[in-house]
Amino acid sequence: MAIAIVLVLIVVGSILFHFLSPWWFTPLASNWDQMDNTLIITFVVTGVVFIGINLFIAYAVFRFRHREGRQAAYEPENKKLEWWLIGLTSVGIAVMLAPGLIVYAEFVHAPKDASVIEVVGQQWKWSFRFPGKDGVLGSVNPRLISFDNPFGLNPDDPNGQDDVLVQSGELHLPLDKPVRVLLRSKDVLHDFYVPHFRVKMDAVPGVLSGFWFTPTKPGRFDVACAEFCGLGHHTMRSAVIVEENRAFQQWLNAQTTFARSSEQQGGTLSALAQKGRELAQARGCRGCHSVDGSPGAGPTWKGLFGKTETLADSSTIVVDEDYLKTSILQPNAAIVEGYPAIMPPYDLSGEELDALIEYTKTLQAGAGSEAESSE
Amino acid sequence: MTHAIHTEAEPLHEPRSFWTKYVWSQDHKVIAIQYTVTAFAVGLVALVLSWLMRLQLGFPGVFSFIDPGTYYQMVTMHGMIMVIYLLTAIFLGGFGNYLIPLMVGARDMVFPFVNMLSYWAYLLSVLVLMASFFVPGGPTGAGWTLYPPQAILEGTPGSGWGIILMLVSLVLFIVAATMGGLNYVTTVLQARTRGMTLMRMPLSVWGIFMATILALLAFPALFVGGIMMLFDRVAGSSFFMPAIVSMGKHLNYEGGSPVLFQHIFWFFGHPEVYIVALPAFGIVSDLIATHARKNIFGYRIMVWAIVIIGVLSFVVWAHHMYVSGMNPYFGFFFATTTLIIAVPTAIKVYNWMLTLWRGDIHLTVPMLFAIAFVSTFAIGGLTGLFLGNVVIDVPLSDTYFVVAHFHMVMGVSPILVVFGGIYHWFPKITGRMMDDRLGKIHFWVTFLGTYAIYFPMHYLGFLGMPRRYYAYDGYDFIPSSAHDLNTFISLTAWAVGLAQLAFLYNMARSAIKGAHAGSNPWRATTLEWQTPETPPRHGNWGPVLPVVYRWAYDYSVPGADQDFLPQNRPPDDAGAVGDLTVQRVEGSVS
Repeated sequence: MAIAIVLVLIVVGSILFHFLSPWWFTPLASNWDQMDNTLIITFVVTGVVFIGINLFIAYAVFRFRHREGRQAAYEPENKKLEWWLIGLTSVGIAVMLAPGLIVYAEFVHAPKDASVIEVVGQQWKWSFRFPGKDGVLGSVNPRLISFDNPFGLNPDDPNGQDDVLVQSGELHLPLDKPVRVLLRSKDVLHDFYVPHFRVKMDAVPGVLSGFWFTPTKPGRFDVACAEFCGLGHHTMRSAVIVEENRAFQQWLNAQTTFARSSEQQGGTLSALAQKGRELAQARGCRGCHSVDGSPGAGPTWKGLFGKTETLADSSTIVVDEDYLKTSILQPNAAIVEGYPAIMPPYDLSGEELDALIEYTKTLQAGAGSEAESSE
Repeated sequence: MTHAIHTEAEPLHEPRSFWTKYVWSQDHKVIAIQYTVTAFAVGLVALVLSWLMRLQLGFPGVFSFIDPGTYYQMVTMHGMIMVIYLLTAIFLGGFGNYLIPLMVGARDMVFPFVNMLSYWAYLLSVLVLMASFFVPGGPTGAGWTLYPPQAILEGTPGSGWGIILMLVSLVLFIVAATMGGLNYVTTVLQARTRGMTLMRMPLSVWGIFMATILALLAFPALFVGGIMMLFDRVAGSSFFMPAIVSMGKHLNYEGGSPVLFQHIFWFFGHPEVYIVALPAFGIVSDLIATHARKNIFGYRIMVWAIVIIGVLSFVVWAHHMYVSGMNPYFGFFFATTTLIIAVPTAIKVYNWMLTLWRGDIHLTVPMLFAIAFVSTFAIGGLTGLFLGNVVIDVPLSDTYFVVAHFHMVMGVSPILVVFGGIYHWFPKITGRMMDDRLGKIHFWVTFLGTYAIYFPMHYLGFLGMPRRYYAYDGYDFIPSSAHDLNTFISLTAWAVGLAQLAFLYNMARSAIKGAHAGSNPWRATTLEWQTPETPPRHGNWGPVLPVVYRWAYDYSVPGADQDFLPQNRPPDDAGAVGDLTVQRVEGSVS
């Protein structure tokens, strides 16, 4: 008997939970209200079935519990009933599938007037590329990816010269304009997911994937990587900032382009610091540590040398050569407060360590800072 | 045509020594117990891993020994062990081995020596997998789905030895599953006793039989994918590896496709979930029929549903890949096939409900677990309709909605059937009953606890909370109440975990001190309860094989002298013969 009562309580409890709990869709900030509507249709149909099944069983268990002298019925089949059930179920399935496929057809066809942007995933950050004034994204080749060409743009392709490169981890978009996102990855699978927009798609190395949407509310929206990509998967943070077109244009114009970043190579570093700069790229340090102050999985190197940092155990230290060496050889021995302990140890020679430290010293806060475009 | 495997004239080769009786045994009953014990042992490891995962999720950052690498390794091993080494092994190797020969009236499986080898290959695969905990770098932390490129690259834990041992272990498991699978299929087709037509077999056999066919056809895909990934890892091939810049270094791979792995994996992976679900469907049908003293409603359609679900399960795989970057037009096809497969599945749920209707329901522990199965499978299956409908999957994919869904359909409902089946058949296996009170405590904590864990989890998915995250701090869209819910789920999970100890204790104690059961304590119709001895001896039936006269569900036949008529009870004047096949095909025995 308890089981019958419990099944009824489960139904009642589930309904109460649904209406009283604080957890529901993240507020929608894009055009994809149809996704929410289709979900709600499915929710209602399946919800009714869920309630019906549990109440039916509860009633049957109560009404037909064993009692002395009662015998069960003998009913091997009931063809009429079974065909009705198949028919009704098929109708229910169609009621859910039809709107789903209609909305999906819209999802796979981006509007012709959508602007195009590229989102590039790598372990463990996102970067972005706009097509610039010519409206065409330049061609890319993964084999061209290097310290000075983090997007792997083909330097001989004139379309790529005016491409706007964004590596600060924040993507700005203009309000109410449809945008088609092209996704790719430099290394492993990632997934660019913005809960407020409802959209996501895997970024796959060697493949171009994508989706489209129209941001309909201004604001700052979290990006969460939604395909397991290794140790830093949960720290692969980014944000989309939606703003009026004028503010967006201002921001866009302030970003660097491929042409400009190509001009900024080399320059004023000593040979040792230059070696450190190349090591920082080659050994993957730049995947988590920015050099221009942008937040990342690890502390930024800008202004790091000589800074007073608070460690995870609440003690404070001044960042000097010894601390930097420890951080590279035994990273999790003394990490900065607020950062996850995910840095792998690096086995570097004394000379390589000196080069990195020399490079770090050049990244002073406020001084003519190294453009983040040199990845 | 069916034959008896051993005619009365042929002597049975009976094992004589301790080693041939209990260790190197070719008796399907001993092999079944070996499979079950091993599966439970490794399942306990996976259960403890889940407790540790919940430590981190419920109390983030408090337990410093759980760093991100360790966390992802636990997630991976928990998943792989539970799906393959526990659920698949126990339904096919455990229940399949024990029940099939007994339920079809055979003396043993048709290839007993190969059957024995299959267990030892399975054990070896388990040992290789456990060894990955002890190699440099530890076990793989790539997620149970083992997606490349990350599974074999720096940046993912265990990309050294861990992934190699995982792939080798899977290859060994597939060898074991193939050897066992050939046995189960051939025994069902060739070794049924006289009168046991296919349409007189109990649904437990149909479920396991169909699942085995799926296994024989689907596991080769995993085998192939695993070998290809092993080549990519150790020989530098590029099956799944395009041009990659990893940690700043250009790697030597070129031209391969990560999405190809996903197609190969899920071509196996989707039938795999039905390899787990179909035996559960079959067993639960028999539990409900027996304990409600009523024939299963719509037996023929139940059989057809099992077959159709099995066939359709091969054309839905890419619903796991809607956001993988594959050609988006595939989404239309796979959403349609996925929602179609819901129809035969729903029919089975209705038929279980209609079996209870106008039944004579005894709320024994097996019946409680069976009822709980229907309720939890209902919600688990219904949430599959959200995920199968491609455009709704876009926001829900890779969130906690998926985690809640697959735990309900794989981790809760089939496990409830495993428990129900063990409480049900324990008296046949050991000759003793399990303790009823402990059983009810185990039932209530498990049923209510798993509901409390997974029902709210769906709502974290509606929020958009991603899965496979070590921690969630710093995301504005995740409210602090979600962190509180995570803590609640962790506490509940530990309580449910502890309750399983009651189950293990019950099994151990009852095997030695349980009340004597007699040969058919549940008064069931199926053949396994009609053996001359309990527990059944080697050869199962004594000198004479049983002859079958009726289907498996002659419960409460009007006019009969008792409320059940065993399958081998001949038709007589007083007892009606209820099954439809005999009435229609009089005199035929095949």
